[in-house]
Formats: sequence, structure tokens, C-alpha cells
Amino acid sequence: MDIQLKRGMLDVCVLAAIKDEDSYGYKIIKDLKPYVELSESTLYTILKRLEAASMLTTRTAEHDGRLRKYYHITDAGHRRIEEFKREWKEVISIYQFVIKGEEEHA
Amino acid sequence: MLKQEFLNALKEGLKGLPEKDIEERLTFYGEMIDDRIEEGRTEEEAVKEIGTVDEVVQQIVAETPLAKIVKEKIKPKRKMRAWEIVLLILGFPLWFPLLVAAGAVVLALYVTLWSLVIALWAIEVAFIVSAVALMIGAIVLFASGHGTTGLLALGAALILAALSIFLFFGCVAASKGTVLLAKKIVIGVKNLFVGKERTK
Repeated sequence: MDIQLKRGMLDVCVLAAIKDEDSYGYKIIKDLKPYVELSESTLYTILKRLEAASMLTTRTAEHDGRLRKYYHITDAGHRRIEEFKREWKEVISIYQFVIKGEEEHA
Repeated sequence: MLKQEFLNALKEGLKGLPEKDIEERLTFYGEMIDDRIEEGRTEEEAVKEIGTVDEVVQQIVAETPLAKIVKEKIKPKRKMRAWEIVLLILGFPLWFPLLVAAGAVVLALYVTLWSLVIALWAIEVAFIVSAVALMIGAIVLFASGHGTTGLLALGAALILAALSIFLFFGCVAASKGTVLLAKKIVIGVKNLFVGKERTK
């Protein structure tokens, strides 16, 4: 897959993983596992990028006697997801158009 | 490998990056290991799932911009003393030309790398132009009654056209190869700055 396209998708995947409730690193990786395999380093880079773009904020909370970093989606993050959904609606309708002929011939 | 060993090795491997970045990475990987242990894995298993230290270091180095690494390298570790500043100013006529020369050498190497690719493309263009020119020449020669010479020109035009097609693939391959090589060189330069000299 095109690397730029994949990067954009992974960003949205991570945002989607924290969309309903705050989450932490390992949980994000586990939640995304059925859909995409993310390595720790890749996730770290994505989280940094999203934080720099103000699409998420972080807080450190105590958990079981140690510290854990939680990620919280911002309004800008939600907007990014909506934007992604709109973009892909278009892509899907183009895809439908592209494969239409093929199905008729089959 | 246990968690603390892993983190210590990672810290060594990342030496040369900004202190703050290293701390943040270590906290991140430490939390990842702890969360796996909490889920029921042994400490060794949890570390194994993260990958080897070398893999992690390589990925981080590849992602960190070269400028950031160099900036960290040349940042003085402590405040400079007065006499050091004086020496630096007095030594300016000496170290400044050397610095410029070093920069010029790096630039020259880079240009050399690309000159091969540019030369290949130049040959390719030359082949195409000559093929077209000879083709036109052949038509003119045929029209003016020089049949034999025209045939020769036509033959040469076809040979050049064929060669240019082969060369085109060579040019594309050389361009791609050089892009890859340039990337590898950048990663190699980064590795010079980051981590202890590994015995490899």
C-alpha cells in the first residue's frame, strides 16, 4: 500500500481506538490487533504525531502502584475521524464505479 | 532478558539522542512490558514480545531526523569557560575553513553519487535524439535518391532506438538504486552518532 496513505489510515485507527474512552499504549495495540499489526515503535511515533497536531492529549495516572500514560482524544481528533469517513465515502463510491463493469462481465 | 536489562541496553543504544527523548522512550517501553506482565506473561516473555534492542534502536534511529541527532551531538554538555571561548574566537581562521572544507567534501560526495545517474539519463536522451535525427535524415536521403546511404541511416536509427529502450530500464534501475543508497547513507551517518560503538 502507498506509504502516505497507510500513515494517514494508521493515525485514524489510533484515534478510533481512543474515541469512546481514554486508552493506554498496550490496550491500543491489542484493540487494533484484529485489524492492523502495530509495533510499539510505530505506535509511539503515531501518538507523538497526533499529540503534536493537538488531536489527542495525554495524562499520567497511577495504576496498580505504577504510572501509566492515558491518551484522550480532542475535538480536533474527532473532526479528523469525521473527515476520514467523508473521504472514504468518496473513495468507496469511486471503487464501486471502477468494479461495476467487471461484475457485469463475470 | 529481564525488563531492567532491556531498558538499560536500550538506553545505551539510544545514546546521542536528546536526554528527554530517551527518558520518554524508556517510560513508554517500560509501561508496555509492565502491561504485558499484568496480563499474565512472564517478564522474559513480555520483553521478548517487544523485539530485540537492536531492532527497536534501528527503528527509532530511522524515524529520528538527522538534524535532531546532529544538533544533540554538537550541543555543549556544559557551559564553556571564558578561555575556551577566547580560544574559539582566536582559532576562527583555522577551524572555519576546515568546517567549510568538510561541508564541501560531503556535498561533493553527494553530487558524485548522483552524477552517474545524470550521466546515464544524458546518454539515454542522446540516443533518443540521434535516433529521431537519423530517422529524419533517412527520409531526406531516400527522397533525394541516395537509397544506400538512406538505408544505412535507417538501420542506425533503429539500432539507437532499440538501445535507448534497453538503456531506459537501466536508467530507471540506477535512479531507484541511488535513491536507496542515499537513504542507506543517511541511516549510516545517523548510526555513527547514536549509541556506543557496537562491536560488529
